[in-house]
Amino acid sequence: MMKQAPDRLTSLLDECKSLAFDLNFTYAKQWKAKSKFRILVGYLPIYVPREIIHAANGMAVGVMGVGDRKQIIKGDAYYQSYICHLPRGIIEMALDDNLNDFDGFLFPSICDCVRNLSGMFKLVKKGKFTRYFDYPQNFNKQIGGTFYRELLETVIADMFKINDHKIIAAHLNNSIALYNRNRELIETIYDIREEFPWRLSAVDVYHIIRAGMVINVEKHNEMLAEIVDLISEDFGEPMDNIRVVISGSFCEQPPIGLIKSIEMAGCYIVDDDFMLGSRWIQGSIENTSHDPLNSLVDAFLTQSGPSSAIYDVGNPKSARLVKQVRKRNADGVIFCAASFCDPALLDRPDLQKGCDDAGIAHINFQFHENTGQFKVIKEQAGTFSDSIKLWV
Amino acid sequence: MSNPKEAIKEKSMVIQKDMLANLFTELSNAKANGKKVVYTFVPGNLTELILAMDMLPVYPEINALQSGMRKKSGSYIKDAEKLGFSEDVCTYVKCDIGMMLNGNIGPTGEKLPDPDLLLLSYTGCFTFLKWFENLERLYPGVEIAMLHTPYQEDGVITDDQIRYMVKQLQEDVIPKMEKVTGKKLDYSRLEKMLGNAAKAEDLWVKVLETAKHRPSPIDSYFAGVYYMGPLNTAFRGTEEAVQYYEELLKEVTDRMDQNLCPVTPEGDMKEEKFRLVVEGPPNWTNFREFWKIFYDMGAVIVASTYTKVGGLYDQGFRHESGKPLESLAKYCMGCYTNLNLPQRVDLIEHYIKEYKADGFLINSIKSCNSFSAGQLLMMREIEQRCSVPVGFIESDLVDLRYFSYANIKNRLESYFQMLGQRKVILAQEEEVVA
Ligand code: SF4
Ligand code: SF4
Repeated sequence: MMKQAPDRLTSLLDECKSLAFDLNFTYAKQWKAKSKFRILVGYLPIYVPREIIHAANGMAVGVMGVGDRKQIIKGDAYYQSYICHLPRGIIEMALDDNLNDFDGFLFPSICDCVRNLSGMFKLVKKGKFTRYFDYPQNFNKQIGGTFYRELLETVIADMFKINDHKIIAAHLNNSIALYNRNRELIETIYDIREEFPWRLSAVDVYHIIRAGMVINVEKHNEMLAEIVDLISEDFGEPMDNIRVVISGSFCEQPPIGLIKSIEMAGCYIVDDDFMLGSRWIQGSIENTSHDPLNSLVDAFLTQSGPSSAIYDVGNPKSARLVKQVRKRNADGVIFCAASFCDPALLDRPDLQKGCDDAGIAHINFQFHENTGQFKVIKEQAGTFSDSIKLWV
Repeated sequence: MSNPKEAIKEKSMVIQKDMLANLFTELSNAKANGKKVVYTFVPGNLTELILAMDMLPVYPEINALQSGMRKKSGSYIKDAEKLGFSEDVCTYVKCDIGMMLNGNIGPTGEKLPDPDLLLLSYTGCFTFLKWFENLERLYPGVEIAMLHTPYQEDGVITDDQIRYMVKQLQEDVIPKMEKVTGKKLDYSRLEKMLGNAAKAEDLWVKVLETAKHRPSPIDSYFAGVYYMGPLNTAFRGTEEAVQYYEELLKEVTDRMDQNLCPVTPEGDMKEEKFRLVVEGPPNWTNFREFWKIFYDMGAVIVASTYTKVGGLYDQGFRHESGKPLESLAKYCMGCYTNLNLPQRVDLIEHYIKEYKADGFLINSIKSCNSFSAGQLLMMREIEQRCSVPVGFIESDLVDLRYFSYANIKNRLESYFQMLGQRKVILAQEEEVVA
């Protein structure tokens, strides 16, 4: 008889699910309320070095959009129809007070929508500081590295003004170690799923990682460690599914219904770029240095994963995608990007060509975070799955 | 729709036409003459540096807009879409890639030379980065230099940012140019060009400021895009550009002295009824029809933000020969789309007051997130701060599918009606006060 998933796993997954989509950020706000020296710093997709916020006695809170969980009323009056959905949901949250209690906001340099949203936050006066986090596109240590360090120091100074908390090397090394652990556990989950994708659905993984963006890293690490233990046991049964990698959903997040539909259509999602920021740095960051800020700089310059937000000449994303497909032993790629997302959609032709050249099958969808109809997507994913089963 | 008559050309236009014709001849002979060709972007461009290195610049954005004006962009865009580019992305990119797929034929009907260097200086637009990543794949093996221009996120240009840019110029951009051309940068030549640039910039500001006069002798948007050409592209830093702006200033000053309204493609505009400030790029595919809606209604654009994508000279910036690389760095960071949103709102407010505008209009471009994201909030802010009627229309740069003449005309007519009514009310109020 098929062994069932352990009850403890089910309850942990439920907890992650409710945390992941709490658009009032209740947990984070409660965490902050416990001490007047704590701060909350919201950040948008994709990447910020959460370690510096943690070391400054703060919590970095991922503001990943409202998905299909909040009705957009005001946001649409702030954005034209031909702009992606993510920023309108975020401005709606800002105007609706969901983001009250946040001390500052970081807007990573990923596209002009996010860039201009940082200015909109300034105009509507949200947060005690708002920074467009303009990470360098020059990866020379003396040039881009110096600039990046100055950027980190600026954010550290912003936080210091709020809670007077001075970051010392030991604090930052500790924070780096915690996030190293966090990434390592997340990768372990992906590795286990690579072998036994039936033990956790892609939606479960999504909830687990997204929950980690709205709680403190210590708690998330505990949850992850427990999940890793639980899914290391054998349970469930494999299905006759193909294995796919999802590419293009790094910023505006696809609705859960879409992820579910892909899986229900017969595709195990064995890797993806949902919430890429949590997995941005590949491997561990040095955490014993007397200058840990330097370690963060080095990690950004040399350990950043592939992303549409990073200038990739000399290290093309298409080759990296092919490598990822091979590593996960995937049968194909589903390109799944938000409508009107220039960074993702402008990368797509070259990524598709990379797949073609490598003989990797692929299909392509566009979505809005609040897309409600998945019938067509399910049919297309089903046909994709069937065609791979037939020919591979 | 009426057929626009043949445009009436002034002397400055003839000069500009000759400058462009010579450039394209030089480009078509570039390979034969051993000249190296750089593809680069308009906002925050490094023209003086390119010219000082004896290279010839090609601006893919200009190719795209010219394809739009020549009604070729529609098929180019479709060809790029067949290659896998989404309908949703910036149409400039698709138009450029489509043009390449079709032999890279420039506006003179001749093939543009392939690049020897892609100079990705991406001021104020993230899509530029994606654009050149794509071009690099289409020209495999081409040398590519990248100049990351930090955004003025806090409304200032910091010393850290200047140092970052100067280091990139010194250690990446200039060495790559030297590698491609096989010669060292002659700093004295660069400095001389920066001096010339400043002279042309002084003259350009004087041209722009004639629009403060009533009636304005120029249209700062529709004609402004022609006037700004030499300064924003291949000629900044040259003697020719200085001469062009001297002639242009003479012409517009003459017009101002005679109280003439702007020149339009159909001759002098008869009466200035409305003075507007416009935000956003124009539409290129239907440029003449678009402009005509305005001049038929007596609407003159007295200041526009689009004419500042190549530099905010009217706010005091000048290229300086003293510290050439710092000056280039500040220039790149100071262009309009590199300003943060609060700065953009402040600038528009300033224009409305300084140029005594009756209204503010946004032409929101479907393609361009750099301009468009946030415009609706900017509009509200301006409405509150300046109490002038605000208007909003939507189109695209080069995608014909997004230019609806009837829709735009209807909206503009209602807007001008509103402006007209407001004028009557204001006049009545003045009478009462008097
Ligand atoms: S979905 Fe794409 S275009 Fe929209 S904010 Fe994110 S990166 Fe920018
Ligand atoms: S997004 Fe706008 S500024 Fe950027 S390339 Fe396209 S049209 Fe130009």
